Amino acid sequence: MTITVSPPAPAPAAPGPAAADTEVPQGPWLLGVRHHGPGSARAVRDALDAARPRAVLIEGPPEADALLPLAADPQMRPPVALLAHVTDDPGRASFWPFAEFSPEWVAVRWALEHGAQVRFIDLPAAHSLAVREQSTALAEGEGPAPASADADALAVDPLAVLAEAAGYDDPERWWEDVVEHRGARGTGRLDPFAPFEALAEAMGALREEYGHGGHARDLVREAYMRIQLRTAKKEFGDEIAVVCGAWHVPALAGKPPTLTADRALLKGLPKVKAELTWVPWTHRRLARHSGYGAGIDSPGWYGHLFGARDRPVARWMTKVAGLLRDEDRLVSSAHVIEAVRLAETLAVMRGRPLAGLTETTDAIRAVMCDGSDVPLSLVQDRLIVGDVLGEVPDSAPVVPLQRDLTRQQRTLRMKPEAAERELELDLRKDNDAARSRLLHRLRLLRVDWGEPAAFRGSTGTFREGWRLRWEPELSVKVAEAGIWGTTVLAAATAKAESEAVSATALSAVTALAEQCLLAELPDALPVVMSALADRAALDSDVGHLAQALPALARTLRYGDVRGTDTAALAEVAAGLAMRICVGLPPACTGLDDDGAAEMRGHIDAVHASVALLTRPSGSEGPRDPHDLTARWARVLRTLADRDTVAGVIRGRAVRLLLDDGRLGEDDTARLMGLALSPGTPPADAAAWIEGFVGGASGSGMLLVHDERLLGLVDAWLTGVSPDAFTDVLPLLRRTFSAYEPGVRRTLGELVRRGPTPPGGTPTPPGGPATEAGAPGFGPTLDPARADAVLPLLHLLLGTPPAPEHHDPTEVTPR
Amino acid sequence: MTTPATDLNSAAGADPADFAAALRPHAEDAFAHELKALAAADDRPRPARWKLSPWAVATYLLGGTLPDGTVITPKYVGPRRIVEVAVTTLATDRALLLLGVPGTAKTWVSEHLAAAVSGDSTLLVQGTAGTPEEAIRYGWNYAQLLAHGPSRDALVPSPVMRAMSEGMTARVEELTRIPADVQDTLITILSEKTLPIPELGQECQAVSGFNLIATANDRDRGVNDLSSALRRRFNTVVLPLPATAEDEVDIVSRRVDQLGRSLDLPAGTDAIDEIRRVVTVFRELRSGVTADGRTKLKSPSGTLSTAEAISVVTGGLALAAHFGDGVLRSGDVAAGILGAVVRDPAADRVIWQEYLETVVRERDGWKDFYRACREVTA
Repeated sequence: MTITVSPPAPAPAAPGPAAADTEVPQGPWLLGVRHHGPGSARAVRDALDAARPRAVLIEGPPEADALLPLAADPQMRPPVALLAHVTDDPGRASFWPFAEFSPEWVAVRWALEHGAQVRFIDLPAAHSLAVREQSTALAEGEGPAPASADADALAVDPLAVLAEAAGYDDPERWWEDVVEHRGARGTGRLDPFAPFEALAEAMGALREEYGHGGHARDLVREAYMRIQLRTAKKEFGDEIAVVCGAWHVPALAGKPPTLTADRALLKGLPKVKAELTWVPWTHRRLARHSGYGAGIDSPGWYGHLFGARDRPVARWMTKVAGLLRDEDRLVSSAHVIEAVRLAETLAVMRGRPLAGLTETTDAIRAVMCDGSDVPLSLVQDRLIVGDVLGEVPDSAPVVPLQRDLTRQQRTLRMKPEAAERELELDLRKDNDAARSRLLHRLRLLRVDWGEPAAFRGSTGTFREGWRLRWEPELSVKVAEAGIWGTTVLAAATAKAESEAVSATALSAVTALAEQCLLAELPDALPVVMSALADRAALDSDVGHLAQALPALARTLRYGDVRGTDTAALAEVAAGLAMRICVGLPPACTGLDDDGAAEMRGHIDAVHASVALLTRPSGSEGPRDPHDLTARWARVLRTLADRDTVAGVIRGRAVRLLLDDGRLGEDDTARLMGLALSPGTPPADAAAWIEGFVGGASGSGMLLVHDERLLGLVDAWLTGVSPDAFTDVLPLLRRTFSAYEPGVRRTLGELVRRGPTPPGGTPTPPGGPATEAGAPGFGPTLDPARADAVLPLLHLLLGTPPAPEHHDPTEVTPR
Repeated sequence: MTTPATDLNSAAGADPADFAAALRPHAEDAFAHELKALAAADDRPRPARWKLSPWAVATYLLGGTLPDGTVITPKYVGPRRIVEVAVTTLATDRALLLLGVPGTAKTWVSEHLAAAVSGDSTLLVQGTAGTPEEAIRYGWNYAQLLAHGPSRDALVPSPVMRAMSEGMTARVEELTRIPADVQDTLITILSEKTLPIPELGQECQAVSGFNLIATANDRDRGVNDLSSALRRRFNTVVLPLPATAEDEVDIVSRRVDQLGRSLDLPAGTDAIDEIRRVVTVFRELRSGVTADGRTKLKSPSGTLSTAEAISVVTGGLALAAHFGDGVLRSGDVAAGILGAVVRDPAADRVIWQEYLETVVRERDGWKDFYRACREVTA
């Protein structure tokens, strides 16, 4: 079908500059494509070579015309994207991505190389950004790329309809078979215009049936395109090629509506001030799963199809084999041969013209990967999607991220200075809190303008110290970070999400969660949290879990200071604690000394975190906090009772239970007696003591005050045989030398004085006892005054008031 | 092979009334009419000595309706891709290795492939730890050997050798159970397509149409891994577990029903909820993620295949029938599930407890199940 624009052009048109051997139909040539289709790109190149138009019109924002020469810059390397954003609000932005195999990119490069005029003819970004603003919150941050206007919001998917008519269940595969693989197969010269004509015809039929297909905005865009086409025709005659989505071709061909009708459609469109620039892009972002409606599943494969000179399947298999070999898989040339054979036979069996991605993937799985999907995912990640990163020349206009940063620096009165400067922030002040957030976000983006620094005398959680220093390289870093988003907030969010997904170690994700809260990225938090929950679920090393928990608990506390919502975090933390409760007892058996000491540290950390987690707070988690405490106490009790657990851990567990009041003194004495009984190896008993009273400097006070326990230690120590004593001495020395001198001296005095008379408490009522009888103090408690303190104590500790009145004599004067 | 794979799928098979004589007729007999109809309708090119074209073989396995109205029952319910790759592999003269955990219909697929391609699924070598080289190459009729000396008449061909000389499809079951040195006998057969007979100074060359389908279990311990030289001769296809929970519930309940009848258990009508629960637990632990896809889990070391789910439910039914009130309850399956999940007493127990505490406990309507599991776990 020859696409003619009526009224028919009067002159029979000057013959094309280089009359090719094929017959060139009359212009303008409407080249309908699929965005990012390598077959389309190849076809466009052939058609342009044959037609040699004087002007090339491309679907895209016309404001970018000025940026087009940059495409010829040797520094420009696709994938790149045209970025349009509202001047004073970089958060509202749209991207038009181009890969090397994008037909639009091919057309731009062709025009620049052959000296043809090249223009964008889609609705200006000034309008489309404003319209999008009006029409709901359809997209935030990244806008629909031009192709998504075709496929994304369309009620009718034109390709799906055509594919169904052809008997395909998958529109992508149909398009591949009919268009993309077409050029790669035949060697004979084909009419370069034939596919476009056939496609235009098919689309015409579709448009007749479905109208605008449920996407009214297309009509406005097409009206604008027609006006542009008219203008171009006045200037260049009919020697014009138009590269646009296949869906738009019928609207540009045939008998167009009058100019006035088109103008009327465009009247009163909202408008904003927009700016455009080139930004580097990646294959990963071209891929569909990164959230771009217009994306393609397999940019790497398409790139290969476009780049391969011949035998695309064989070349692809060789590439895959190379990758697998680099990963130390045994892949021989015989494998490659068999994989190619299998892929081609599969294609024949499925009735496809050429082995496509599905066939090659099936063949790779069966031949090279032993049927396993694990190495295959590597192929998917590295080759089918690929890691290609585009480059943009330095002369491209500034990225909006830099603009956003400058704006924020101005509002927050933080001038970038090359000299190092210290900054102390009080997070209770709004301005300081905003500054802290900005610095934290920049750190996430690897723009290390500020380094956290600790200043003396500022230990409060609401204080933060920074050391600021702006270096010229940071501008480059900002430009690099521009790929993540157009504002500091959006970029930091995207970066955090991507890091959370790719992080492998649990502690890395925990740290990230902490950073997210510090930088206040509420949108990134759900992603980070789910990544955290996933890693925690799969990590079987209790040590890792225990390391992660304190950071989470700390984060919760910071979250409180900054008023962020931490309910989700609390839930994850509680789940983590529950997993630790389940996994800890088995993990504590059969440890050597070093392992046990490490585990003891973990237990201490978890214990502190559990206390933090169960502290009643405003946001009530789904779990009953007391349930967790009780569970943890049960775990400690299990540890304390289990003989196979290392002594230091058992001792520690008993001590923690005692401190929490969950273990009576009698029970404690019994457990201690068991641990220190003659049957226990002395080294083990010494470890128990280390766990029970060692560690923190205040631990020794317990022995000072509870003579019964001291008596047990004393009795055990005197019973240790001389040989064994030498063995346990270093450990005991370590335990007791950590005490404060005062405690050591008191202990020494107590031991020298010998055991107190039987009767338990060292303060016989009425008698002038050593401690209670201190000058100025009464011999016993004053119940009335002691009771007066209790309500306040309960308030501070967050415990409910005791239901019954305690007999004051039960309260020991500690 | 004793996995219930065959039985799982055979419920969809044709009526065995015509073959009442055999307890279980061969695939090519049971589905003879389908094969005949396919052969009649099949106009696509067939590889040498194939009874059907690759396309028709795929249709035979996946089911469909022929132009003349004959309905082909699906023999294998699963991804189309797998059957296509398997059939194509046979057509490219590469050997086919079907891998999978027990209960994924490997044997069933291999039998039907052989029946459809060669019309004969009986050329079978059953792999065991005691499979000798003779089972793959050839043995001797010693009476003949002593009486007349070595000759072709004294030679007893193995199923593989027969398949080679007649251009048929041979089957090797449980390839990885065969000792490694015996396995390697296959290398010459698969690469050179010939079997030397040094005693006679002869060889048996494979005629076109010969191919080999092997099945192997990839989750068993203590198996003999294929040498890389042998592995290279195979295209590997992994048969997956049922894709959706509904498929699996369907298979389990159907099979439990059959088993229950043969064990004379009273019919449990209300069992479907409990079956769904067992299948959910198995699927979640197997895949390492909850059914809603929101929480990740650790997977225990056991296979937790559909076959095991069947035995858990059957055991539970027996428990309910003989010691309970005849209704399958959580308590009846809990012990069975614990036994299936906790294979490694240390690691698996932690995994199971984590699952109980973080997933089962929070789930609506699972309280009784949680309690029952806590009881048997503690």
